[in-house]
Amino acid sequence: MFENISRRQFVTGSAAAMLGLGLVGCGGNGGGESTEGGDASGAIKVGIMGPHTGDNSSYGLACLNGAQLYFKQLNADGGVNGKQVEPVVYDEKGDATEAVNAYNRLVQEDGVTGIVGDVTTGPTIAVAKASVADNMPCVTPSATAADVVTYGENYFRACVTDPEQGRVMANFAVEQGYKSVATLYLNGSDYSEGVNAAFCEEAEAAGITITAQESYAEGDVDFNSQLTNIIGTNPDAILVPNYYQDDGMIVTQARAQGYDKVFLGVDGWSGIYGGSENYADAADLHDCYYCCAFSSSNESEIATKFVEDYEAEYGETPTNFCALGYDAAMVLANGLAAAEEAGLEPGSEDYKQAVIDGIASGTVEGVTGSISYEGTGDPVKSSLIITFAEDGAEETFEVLEA
Amino acid sequence: MSEKRPIISTGGRGPAAGGARRTLPMPARYAINAIVVLVLLVLGELMISGGAINRYQSTVLEQVGIYIILAVSLNIATGYLGQLPLGHAGFMSMGAYGCSIFIIRMSEFLGVGARDFVTGTPMAFLIVIGGLIVGGLCAAIAGIIIGIPALRLKGDYLAIITLAFAEIIRVVMLNIDDVLGFELTGGAAGLTGIPGFSSFLLVFGCVAVVCFLIHTMMKSRHGRAILAIRDNEIAAEATGVNTTYYKTLAFVVSAFFAGVAGGLYAGCVGVLQPAVFGFMKSIEILVMVVLGGMGSMLGSAISATVLTILPEALRAFSEYRMIAYAVVLIIVMIFRPQGLLGSYDFSLSRIIERVMNRDFPWRKRNDAPADTAEEKEVSADV
Repeated sequence: MFENISRRQFVTGSAAAMLGLGLVGCGGNGGGESTEGGDASGAIKVGIMGPHTGDNSSYGLACLNGAQLYFKQLNADGGVNGKQVEPVVYDEKGDATEAVNAYNRLVQEDGVTGIVGDVTTGPTIAVAKASVADNMPCVTPSATAADVVTYGENYFRACVTDPEQGRVMANFAVEQGYKSVATLYLNGSDYSEGVNAAFCEEAEAAGITITAQESYAEGDVDFNSQLTNIIGTNPDAILVPNYYQDDGMIVTQARAQGYDKVFLGVDGWSGIYGGSENYADAADLHDCYYCCAFSSSNESEIATKFVEDYEAEYGETPTNFCALGYDAAMVLANGLAAAEEAGLEPGSEDYKQAVIDGIASGTVEGVTGSISYEGTGDPVKSSLIITFAEDGAEETFEVLEA
Repeated sequence: MSEKRPIISTGGRGPAAGGARRTLPMPARYAINAIVVLVLLVLGELMISGGAINRYQSTVLEQVGIYIILAVSLNIATGYLGQLPLGHAGFMSMGAYGCSIFIIRMSEFLGVGARDFVTGTPMAFLIVIGGLIVGGLCAAIAGIIIGIPALRLKGDYLAIITLAFAEIIRVVMLNIDDVLGFELTGGAAGLTGIPGFSSFLLVFGCVAVVCFLIHTMMKSRHGRAILAIRDNEIAAEATGVNTTYYKTLAFVVSAFFAGVAGGLYAGCVGVLQPAVFGFMKSIEILVMVVLGGMGSMLGSAISATVLTILPEALRAFSEYRMIAYAVVLIIVMIFRPQGLLGSYDFSLSRIIERVMNRDFPWRKRNDAPADTAEEKEVSADV
């Protein structure tokens, strides 16, 4: 059908194509540089990075929306010290290599003064390591691994760590007077395993018996055998520290087996009911409690306003990750404000250090609670315990202060 | 010495064609190539230290080098041996984990700090070289374990079994800590604390060494045996080539260099998660080899370079990368089934010899048959 072309023809053809592409690329570059020259009038550039395509894109996009909403509002209010904030957005597809490239590009080519990102744990660790040499102020909305903030003093996070969530739920279990708890976690997930380990340690120290620790593999949809084992040990509560798709199936199958006691969860539960799809029936979600930083049911003034603004901007209810993205942007802007007040030259080493010091010493009233730092990149902040009403709507059960 | 090339050539002019054809002696060829490589390395390093290449660009260059090693090493198994393994990412992860764990443990043991790897003290350099070799050996051992049963199969079956083995390696990395009950790979959370030891010089030094070793291997008796197996396994066996041995050898060498590349990758990124080394990584490397031309080292290197730089250059359109992959592959497979360069390989010495003989492509060839047929140079000087 087609005649094969020879190597020389192919090489000539590709050389011509490359030349064409190169010319177009140079043209594009030239245009880019001229606009950059225009920006030099005083806008502050900040980077936003995260997985905006691929498996983890739901988290990346949620954080991106939240952060962009904040910077938009900030600019409308006059920006930082009269300067507009200009976000530069890069997608890293959830890949550590791409994340390092995106980071280097933000710093070297775009000249940002601070970064909101990265979103998931692995890429964030890679970025954190790369950023130490630049002393670049970064705030991750959602990377929960302990390592992230340990490489240098320049990395902060807006969320609490996985183990911290486990401890919060263990304290909650103690407070509620549960005597025995079983756990069902996802094998091979650092998030699920991290919460599980911290919960068990804290709960056992407080005198709660862990009756069973069952696990399942990625992609499982039938949890009946694990649940039979668990229910056989007759626990007061079951901890299910996973994401909402799995949690929904687990709750449904456990209720079908006749288990009618308590479920405990962590922030992965956010979104289990409501939104585009219900992962469990409202009738099955009685006596379920999970901790998270933000819920649209929270009635504090700042959270209510955020939900309204977010719905007006994007036409959907914000999730936990949107709120964390918003708060991460707020934390970074707080640092930038401190550096701007000191009147330093953007891009200089002193400026970066001033941003870092500003973040470390400041306190912001975010939509996920008041965030402050005590000498590390881990925030001191309150947690919400969420439960479900009879119609499945989320309710704030209590607010646990840090 | 003057009878070095052509090795397997159809349609090209034989040495007898032009009467007394002047050739370069072997040591001169190696010396010329070594000087060119050194000049390029020094030039690159000077451009980086002088600031002409910023850190973003040099990091991308390091990744280019890593993918060149991966593509060139996979080319041994696909291009030269003629098999279709789909588990190259598995070997890469073995190397990456082996190298990182060795370097982390050794630097603790010898008291070498993370800063030493950046500044490059002799001790840190030795540890890195040791780590890369350990990484390569880990991958080679995995290659032996996988190769012996897998190479009894051919074609699709081999592809499936290697794919399965790569997945096994990945799942082992994910769960070995829980099963054995001690810290080794860090499981799903990933292996952290790897010093950032990869640099432009190290990566491209390794590229040069790997290309040289593969090139000399393919020009040796062993390389010829591997090529013979690709061209006709039954005939090769009939002439006394130990096919099982040579197939395993090619497979293991391919795995070894993939392990070295994995080690460099670990030093470049600084964090390893088993999820990175999935099926798609193997496909990505295979695409580079197929696109560049199976059996062409230069082709693998060029397509690795293009396919690594392209997504970075087109960052704004990077979500279309997979579509672009598919379209480019389909176009190449329709119009050029043997890949960009086919089995052609670049040889500097050959060009120099042509110049010495005043044998330019634009000169009318009266004294020799016109070489209209595709040159079947299997392997030539780097």
